[in-house]
This record gives sequence, structure tokens and C-alpha cells, in this order.
Amino acid sequence: MTIPNIVGAGLIVIGAGLGIGKIGGSAMDAIARQPEATSKIQTAMIIAAALIEGIGFAALFAA
Amino acid sequence: MRRKFNFLALLFTLAITSVTFAKSDNTDHKDTPEEVKGFIKHHLKDAHYFELFHGVKMPLPIIVWDNGIQFFLSSDFKKVEVKGVTAPDSTITFEPLSESDSVDKESTDYLYESKSSNYSIFHGKIVAAKHGDMLLKLNSDGKKKLVSHSSLIDFSITKNVLMTLLICVLIFFLFTGLSKSYKKGPIPSGFGRLLEPLVLFIRDDIAIPNIGEKHYKRYMSYLLTVFFFIWIVNLAGMTPLGINITGNIAITFSLALITYLITQFTANKNYWGHIFWMPGVPVPMKFVLMPIELLGTIIKPFSLMIRLYANITAGHVVLMSLIGLVFFASNLFAFGSFFGLTLFLGVIELLVAFLQAYIFTMLTALYFGAAVEEHHDEH
Repeated sequence: MTIPNIVGAGLIVIGAGLGIGKIGGSAMDAIARQPEATSKIQTAMIIAAALIEGIGFAALFAA
Repeated sequence: MRRKFNFLALLFTLAITSVTFAKSDNTDHKDTPEEVKGFIKHHLKDAHYFELFHGVKMPLPIIVWDNGIQFFLSSDFKKVEVKGVTAPDSTITFEPLSESDSVDKESTDYLYESKSSNYSIFHGKIVAAKHGDMLLKLNSDGKKKLVSHSSLIDFSITKNVLMTLLICVLIFFLFTGLSKSYKKGPIPSGFGRLLEPLVLFIRDDIAIPNIGEKHYKRYMSYLLTVFFFIWIVNLAGMTPLGINITGNIAITFSLALITYLITQFTANKNYWGHIFWMPGVPVPMKFVLMPIELLGTIIKPFSLMIRLYANITAGHVVLMSLIGLVFFASNLFAFGSFFGLTLFLGVIELLVAFLQAYIFTMLTALYFGAAVEEHHDEH
């Protein structure tokens, strides 16, 4: 592990964290507005979070 | 049902009673961070033996194809310490370390040699040579590599293979029990009561919304298999048996490959049309989109593979590092907080075990859905 690698890994984690946080926050908003659509929103949220997570892990392996 | 479980338990006890008791080293050693690091690295790798706890090892069969099938137990192998290499980009033959040699631990290496045949294991790989015929090369990046040994194909029943087979047998008995209980009445009995809602969940919340009412039945068997396999394997990884199956990229690669093949071979004309001749875009754009879409079909299963592998590996590393931290706690407060943190993350990992199985199944269903989607008007 060199310093650029560590900085890169940190940047990836910040990016992925911001992305998943945005998804989670928006899903919370959506559930508050339409509680009857909770299960559909949760499914979409988990898929989107999984996709971001996948990219994050791929980048972490590259770093 | 109960008799089958008794049979499995009997098998397990038989396996345990045939353990070999390894010689315990009498050197008094302290736990060091390097040791914990080595232990984590060791856990993430596959092994040719099944170790319940320190000193109790169960040998596993080694099967290699080397101009004919060779079969022997891994208890046949003996540890040999050898002098390593120090200079970069140089090759050196292995030499066994004698008692009088006093070299620092960094430059030495070790391999396991078979007592009765011409094989040895070097860092988990089976090689058809003994230390005298081996050349070790130290790359400039500090990695040691073996050169000049004949190729052989390794079919060994390693720890991961054994555990995968055991879990397959377990799943087989659980689900044949569930399906048999429907012959007696509409309500399943025993463990089936836990499984039935999950099967319905896969059908109603994953398969039907993503694949569609018309085609979902073709894919149900695969979706159920992949979900329960990943889930139970992930849960088994949380037990103290030290199993790490989905944290092995070969396993997740196979699962993703099956998803890829099923998607490609059951896809309809509409799916291929969207890849090679995207409707509703200008003609030059169709040529640009063709390679991107083709690449996309490979990236999708690739991301499935990486996601499962990385999640489980990361989970195991974090959990084991925290367990390792408990041993370095200097006072009771630190000990308690590390213990609490370990417990908390363990519970989180149980959730992750389910979530990863769910996401793998969900995305698989999504790809199947794209493959069988019927033609509809331009949008």
C-alpha cells in the first residue's frame, strides 16, 4: 500500500458513501410521501445501492 | 426427516473422530499483530485440510491429474523449511533448512512435501516436484514465484469443495422434506414452515415483478437454488467452523457464469435486437451502441461476481480484525467495547448474508427479465 493507493481508496469510499447516502435519503423522502409504496421503493433503493457498491468494490480492488 | 439428520450428525462425528492431532509447538509465543494478519490471510484462502481449532486437523483427499489420476490424503504431507531467496530477480534451488542455520524469518520459506509420492504443496498450490528440483524466483515486486515445474490439474476435495458439497446435501434434504410435506396437506411441517415464506417471497417479490407473469416459471428453479445456496453458504461463513465459500472468487465466478449463460441462451429476438441494432436511434448511433451493449452483457455478470466476493471478503476481514483486536485490549473497558463491536458487526453480517443473496437473486431476475421482455412500442 503506497500513499496514492490509500488516498485513492479514501476517495472511493467518500464517493460511494455520498452515493448510497443520497439514495437512502431520497428513499426515506419517498417513503414518507407514499408509505403504501414502501416495498417497491425499498427494492429499487437496494438495487441502486448494490450497483454503486459494486462499482465501489471494483475501484477498491483497482486501487 | 429426523433419521436423515441423525445420519448427517453421525457422518460429522465420524469425520471428527478421524482427526489427526498435530504436534503442538512448545515455543511460547505472544499474540502479535503480524500473527493476526497472517491468520486472517490464512482464513481467506482455501486449504487442503479442515481445521476445527488449533491442533485438530482433518485431512482431506488430494486428487491430481498428472498423466493418470493420483489420489492420496493431505496428511501425507510434511512441512519442510527451506532457505529462501533474498536478491531480486534471481533464481535459487530450494535447500532444506538444517538445525545449525540461523537465518532471519523473512528470507526463509516453507513447503509441504509428500512422504510417499513426488508432490509438494507450495503456498496452496500442488507441484509435481520435491524441493531439490524446484527453482524459486523472487520478482522485483517482492513476490516469490515457482519456476520450472510440470503442469498438473488439481481436482482436490479442498475445504471449500467439501463444505459446498455438505451444504448442497443439506439443501437437498431441506427441500425434499418441504416438497414431501405438501403431499400430507397444504401446510408444511417442521423446518419447511420457515422455508415456505421465503420461497413465496422469491416468487412474488423477485421473479414475477422482474421477469413477468408469462415467463417466470422457467427461471424459478434457478432463482430459488441460487438464493438458498448463497444464503446458507453465507450463514455457514458466520459459524466458527471457518468456512469462507462465497469469499472465494472461483465460486462467485461460477455462479455469475451460470447466470450469464442462462441469460444468453434463453434470450429472445427482441433482446438481441436491442444489442446489435438498437431501435429508435439514428443509424450511426446504432454502430456506436453495438460494442457498448455487447460489453454490457459481460459487465453485468462480472459485477455480480465482484459484488458477492468483495462483500463477503470485506465482512470476514473486518470481523476477524475486530476479533483480533480483542486480544490486544489492555484493560477491561477496551475489551468490552471491542467485544460489543464484534457482536454488533456479527449481527450486521447476518443481515449482509441475506442481503447479498437477495441482491444476487434480484439482479439475476432483472437480467432474465431483460432477456425475455416482449416487444413493445417505441418509447
